[in-house]
Amino acid sequence: MNPAVIDVASLDPVPLDSAAIRADFPILSRTVRDGRPLVYLDSGATSQRPRQVLDAEREFLEQHNSAVHRGAHQLAEEATDAYESARERVAGFVGVNAGEVVFTKNATEAINLVAYAMSNATTATEPAAHRFAVNPGDEIVITEAEHHANLVPWQQLCTRTGATLRWYGVTDDGRIDLDSLRLSPRTKLVAFTHQSNVTGAISPVPTLVARAREVGALVMLDACQSVPNTPVDFAALGVDFAAFSGHKMLGPSGVGVLYGRRELLEVMPPFLTGGSMIEQVRMERTTFAPPPQRFEAGVPMTSQAVGLGAAVDYLNAVGMDRVTAHERVLTAQTLVGLAAIPGVTVIGPTDTTDRGGTVAFVIDGVHPHDAGQVLDSLGIAVRVGHHCAWPLHRRLGIPATIRATFALYNTGSEVDELLAGVREAQRFFGVGG
Amino acid sequence: MSEVTSSVGGSVQLEQLYQDIILDHYKHPHGRGLREPFDAESQQYNPMCGDEIRLRVALAGERVADVSYDAQGCSISQAAASVLHDQVSGVSVGVAMKLFDNFAALMASRGRLEPDEELLGDGIAFAGVSRYPARVKCALLSWMAFKEATVAALAADVTNERPGMNDSVTNSPVTNSARRDER
Repeated sequence: MNPAVIDVASLDPVPLDSAAIRADFPILSRTVRDGRPLVYLDSGATSQRPRQVLDAEREFLEQHNSAVHRGAHQLAEEATDAYESARERVAGFVGVNAGEVVFTKNATEAINLVAYAMSNATTATEPAAHRFAVNPGDEIVITEAEHHANLVPWQQLCTRTGATLRWYGVTDDGRIDLDSLRLSPRTKLVAFTHQSNVTGAISPVPTLVARAREVGALVMLDACQSVPNTPVDFAALGVDFAAFSGHKMLGPSGVGVLYGRRELLEVMPPFLTGGSMIEQVRMERTTFAPPPQRFEAGVPMTSQAVGLGAAVDYLNAVGMDRVTAHERVLTAQTLVGLAAIPGVTVIGPTDTTDRGGTVAFVIDGVHPHDAGQVLDSLGIAVRVGHHCAWPLHRRLGIPATIRATFALYNTGSEVDELLAGVREAQRFFGVGG
Repeated sequence: MSEVTSSVGGSVQLEQLYQDIILDHYKHPHGRGLREPFDAESQQYNPMCGDEIRLRVALAGERVADVSYDAQGCSISQAAASVLHDQVSGVSVGVAMKLFDNFAALMASRGRLEPDEELLGDGIAFAGVSRYPARVKCALLSWMAFKEATVAALAADVTNERPGMNDSVTNSPVTNSARRDER
C-alpha cells in the first residue's frame, strides 16, 4: 500500500455537501447543445474553478497587480507577498517546504525543466551539478503507462545525450509490471506516474522508489492526477522530483508546480535563464540565485499562482480525505454500472483497489469518438481518444477509449446519466443490449 | 434519477450529424482494403484520437483508376473514406482535386456553406460535420491522404515515367458501388 495515500475507510469522513459545492462553480449551472444541463466528467483533462478561485484572481488583479520580486513600491511588495504566500500554501498542501516548490507554466514544463537541467549538467561549471549529468550508455527509465508529458521529454533527453530510454511494461489490467524491468547501475533517473490518467491505477510508489534507491537513481513522479484527488505528501513518498498542474486541481491554467528536494535544487543547473534567476551578472559570466528563484526566469505568472493558492485553500476547507472518499463512491458506481452493460469493457482495474477516479472504457461496435458525440448530445462531457498516452493504448491493443473522470463536484445522478448515455450510444449505433 | 432516459434518441443535432448515408457507408464501406498495383501511398494520422488511414492511389493516365485503403477510426472517418472511394474512382485527377477543394471548403464552413450536391454526391451528408470542429479532421483524414498520394503519384509520373507499376489498363477493384461517371 501507498503510505502517502490515506486509507479513506479508516477516516470515515463526513460525506460532501454536493449541492453546496456545486453552487460554488458557476459553469456547472450552464446548459450545452440542445439546452441540456452540463454533466462535466472531464476534470482529469481540466477541472472547473470555484468562485473563490475566480474571485482571488480578480481581487489580485484589481488591487495588487505588479511584477513580483522587482521594484520597491507598495504594489510590488503586495504582489510578491501574494505570490510567495501562494507558494507556501501549495507547498504545505503536498507536504514540502516553500523553498522546494518552483512555479512553472504547467506540469509539462516542470518535467521538461528537470530533463533540460540534466542535459545542461554536462557543461555546468559547478562540479556539484555533475551528479545530474547524463552520458552515453546511461539509462533513463519510464513506464509504458506514461502520459506523453512524462515520456517525450525523457525520450528527447536520451536523444540529446546518447543515453538509453528503458521502460517498465504494463500488465493487461493497466498496472505497471514490476517484473518487466531490472534497473542497472547506469540508471540515472526513474520517472513514472502516480496515478494513470487512463486506467486510474495508482502506482506502487514505495517499491519503485526503493528500487531506484538501490541503484542510486533519481525519482521523478508525475502527480498530475493524484494531487487534485487525494492527499499527497511528497516528502513521505520519498521522491526527488514531482510535477503537477494547477488547472486540474480547481486552479487556473498557466501555472504548474515542480517539487524538488532542496538539496537537489541547490545544485541543479537552471533550464531557462534570464531575469529574476540571477545572483550577479557580468558581461563575461553570471551566477545564479538560490532555488526556487533559480528556476523561475522572467516575470512569473502571478494571478494564476494566487488563484492556485485559493484552490488549495478551497480543497483544504473541504478536506482531501472527503474528496477522495466522494470520488471513490462515484468510481465504484461507475465501475459497477458499466460492468452491467453488455458490450462495455473497462480499461484498467475493475474495482477501486489502488485506483483513482478515472474510468476509461470501450463499447463494442461504437468507436470512442462516436460514443463521445452521443454523450455530448446529451450534455455529458467526457474525453475520447488516447488521452496523450498513445503507447499505453497500443500496449492494450486499442486505438482509443472513452474516459470519464470525477471531481468533488460530480454526483451520483451524473454517473446515472453517463450510464444511460452509454446505452443510448449502443442504441443509436445499433449494437449491444 | 436520470433525466436522460426520458429524452434519449430525440437529439436532432445528432441525427443531422450522423445521417443515414454516413451510417450506411460506415457499416458497409466501399472499396476498402489495400490493392495493387498503385502509384503512391499516403499514411495519415489524427493525433487527437489515434485514428489512422493508409491509402493508395492508382492512376491511369490522367484518371484516378483506383483508391484503396486500410483505415481504423470513427464512423465519420470510415464513411468519408468510403465516399471518397466512390467519388474519385474513375474521374480525372483535375475533377478529383476540385472535389477535394469543394469538400475541404465545406468542412471549414462551420455549417454556413450550402453543399453542392451536384458535385459532391454522398459527400453532402458530411455538411453537419462542419458544425463540430473536433470532427472535421475525421472527415478530412482520407481526403488528405488522397491528395498527398495523388500529388506523389503525379510527381513520380513526371520523374520516372511510371516504372511499370501501373500500365494503361487498371485492374479495376470490385466494389459494391457503381462507378461514377466523370463529371
